[in-house]
Amino acid sequence: MIHKPVDVGDPDRLYMVTGGRSEADDAFDLVTLIVSECEPTAGMQSEHTRILEMCRHPTALVEISAELRLPITVVRILLGDLHAMGKVSARHPRAAESVATLPETALLQEVLHGLRNL
Amino acid sequence: MGSATSELPAQRTPLADAAETGLKIVVVGGFGVGKTTLVRSVSEIRPLNTEEVMTQAGQGVDETTGVERKTTTTVAFDFGRISLSRRMVLYLFGAPGQERFWFLWDRLFSGTLGAIVLVDTRRMEDSWYAIDRLEHHETPFVVAVNRFDDDKRRLSLDEIRQALALGEHVPMVDCDARVRSSGKEVLITLVDHLYALALSQEGTS
Repeated sequence: MIHKPVDVGDPDRLYMVTGGRSEADDAFDLVTLIVSECEPTAGMQSEHTRILEMCRHPTALVEISAELRLPITVVRILLGDLHAMGKVSARHPRAAESVATLPETALLQEVLHGLRNL
Repeated sequence: MGSATSELPAQRTPLADAAETGLKIVVVGGFGVGKTTLVRSVSEIRPLNTEEVMTQAGQGVDETTGVERKTTTTVAFDFGRISLSRRMVLYLFGAPGQERFWFLWDRLFSGTLGAIVLVDTRRMEDSWYAIDRLEHHETPFVVAVNRFDDDKRRLSLDEIRQALALGEHVPMVDCDARVRSSGKEVLITLVDHLYALALSQEGTS
């Protein structure tokens, strides 16, 4: 399989995408699951549109990054914007009530169960 | 190394709408050791590739302009995905073991369940640094030895343990990264290990 590198060779593009910002919101983990709360609207920044389309089903930050061919940091910035506008919701790792209350052993048992069923 | 055992869909497959918790496991190892092969053999999606960039103030000052240079470090990694249940999804990351990668460890892999160090016995020195860094980050790990067909020496796991100066507490397992059932066994070895660690901690707290 051929891996095309993500296009980071063009700083101008990244500058445009993020409005010149480089400080990302670390609240979003690689595996935070993002869910759209609305449909994209006309005139929206194209990256925002694509994220809202992708996240009609829960989608991990890292999958958004791979699909958009943008570095993790840039995706964190974009998601921070969308989240602040209430256009996406975020399901953070282990924040779900059903998991947060689990002791580590019970969580790992569930992981083992899932792996054995592969 | 293109002999994946299963056909994976070319299209993006969305997660179940009930998916609420993402988990991480990292596979580290030297170039060509079979990280992507292992990820592919157990993943439900074709492995995807992405990268993270980090900008650091450069060393020294550019003599012609007097402007401090900045260096940009790029680390590429690939990943696959396993839906463990309707609500839980495991992401498996194949990460390069080289030095610059570890600068990004916290930003990318904090909160990871654990790690798999994938070893090629023909180039064991590639694994030393990874093992050292994982111990430094206090990330629990297991060592999986990817057995290549042209490996003439066939070192035993005990001999490899000695060569890597691994403590007795670190589980080791043989594998063939191309084979799904073998990759699955490696993952189970790691989670079994994590479970034992968690159990002993719950016992003492």
